[in-house]
Amino acid sequence: MASSNDSIKKTIIVALSLCLVCSIFVAAAAVGLKPIQNTNKDLDRKRNILSAAGMLESGKSVDEIFESVESRVVNLQTGKFATQEELQAAGIKAATFDQKSAAKDPKLSIALKGEQDPAGIKRRSNFSVVYLVKSGDSIDRIILPVHGYGLWSTMYGFMALKNDFNTVIGFGFYDQGETPGLGGEVDNPNWKALWKGKEIYNEQGEAVIHLVKGGVDSSDPKAAYKVDGLSGATLTSRGVTHLVQYWLGQEGFGPFLSQLRSEGVQ
Amino acid sequence: MSDVKKVLFGPILANNPIALQILGICSALAVTSSLKVSLVMAIALTLVTAFSSFFIAIIRNHIPNSIRIIVQMIIIASLVIVVDQILKAFAFEISKQLSVFVGLIITNCIVMGRAEAFAMKNGPVMSFVDGIGNGLGYSAMLIVVAFFRELLGAGKLFGFEIFATVQNGGWYQPNGLMLLPPSAFFVIGLVIWALRSYKKEQVEEPEFKIAANSRSQEAL
Repeated sequence: MASSNDSIKKTIIVALSLCLVCSIFVAAAAVGLKPIQNTNKDLDRKRNILSAAGMLESGKSVDEIFESVESRVVNLQTGKFATQEELQAAGIKAATFDQKSAAKDPKLSIALKGEQDPAGIKRRSNFSVVYLVKSGDSIDRIILPVHGYGLWSTMYGFMALKNDFNTVIGFGFYDQGETPGLGGEVDNPNWKALWKGKEIYNEQGEAVIHLVKGGVDSSDPKAAYKVDGLSGATLTSRGVTHLVQYWLGQEGFGPFLSQLRSEGVQ
Repeated sequence: MSDVKKVLFGPILANNPIALQILGICSALAVTSSLKVSLVMAIALTLVTAFSSFFIAIIRNHIPNSIRIIVQMIIIASLVIVVDQILKAFAFEISKQLSVFVGLIITNCIVMGRAEAFAMKNGPVMSFVDGIGNGLGYSAMLIVVAFFRELLGAGKLFGFEIFATVQNGGWYQPNGLMLLPPSAFFVIGLVIWALRSYKKEQVEEPEFKIAANSRSQEAL
């Protein structure tokens, strides 16, 4: 028995048939469950956008609320909404645009080095999706995707701004791997609530909002630009400051937002 | 019948895969910072161990000796991928938290150990029961560790607040160390100590004797 099992012929037959059976099994599971998984991912993204914008309501489904949100692609180099020609040339669609993969494509992104890269993201996509919530023709609020490096991980989040494009409505990360209990407290609802009503830009139009060690003194005239840092998580706090200042600054959405402020939406 | 019982419940206290065999420590350190995640991980591992043992036992008489480890790995890996896909489809939130650790069930020594030690020599039904039993042993340990880590580290159980923490205006200052993987070493060590005080036969013979005149009593 043992010797016949160990013949070369039997070994190859067993190996081949096992691989065949297993690959069919795995492929069937992967393909069969794909649609449900994609719905989940999509729902998760939408829920995060809505929760940053403070628009989640109990009793209403995420898809239902998300119908009032418009996705548009922004060209970060020109600071304007990407035109049809630009979108066609780059081969992207607003509905399916994925910033994570666009940042890896050398044709659709720029490399960042040293000084240029405070948020530690290495490459920045030339285009980005923004989400607009409109009331009538004017923008009511805008939700911007941001990401950057904390202590251990790249943190991905959404920042929602009022229609003055300066005041924060909500901010939160949907994907991060910081130390649980310390840096991981970026997910603490109490901390996220501190962002509401904070202002991004000073009179000179620079993105100055940052986290401070200890607590913010409410009598400080600059308190609107300051958010409490996370205790025991200096490097995560620093990462959050950097990524917010980067994405809302001149290299990120800064030019686009100042354009919106002066000219409105076209 | 008593055989089945022994195979099924033996691994929980008498022959616990983590506490006695010291297998599967890595995932016990990684996923036990919250009870919910630990529970899902425990269920996933139990199913993978049971089914991989079952399938390996079915074809055990046809597995060539020279590639038997590879054959076992292929079966285990396929099952793990399927479990991962199912989690992504039906428990998306939890699969995000478990992330890479589901994939790492493949490398969990318990799965491989049971396949090699039990399923290669026993029938499919017994092997299945053995897989469930060892999965239960792993689960029991995971849940005990996660209970202490989540309670002391975050003041919560299953995400519900038990101790009001200082961050939320309460009295309990959470112990951050309990949320970090090293604390699982301490908890597992204490559990093993408790288990071996209760079941003396698990205590191993010391490999070395402490040299004469190195203890204070001897000098007196």
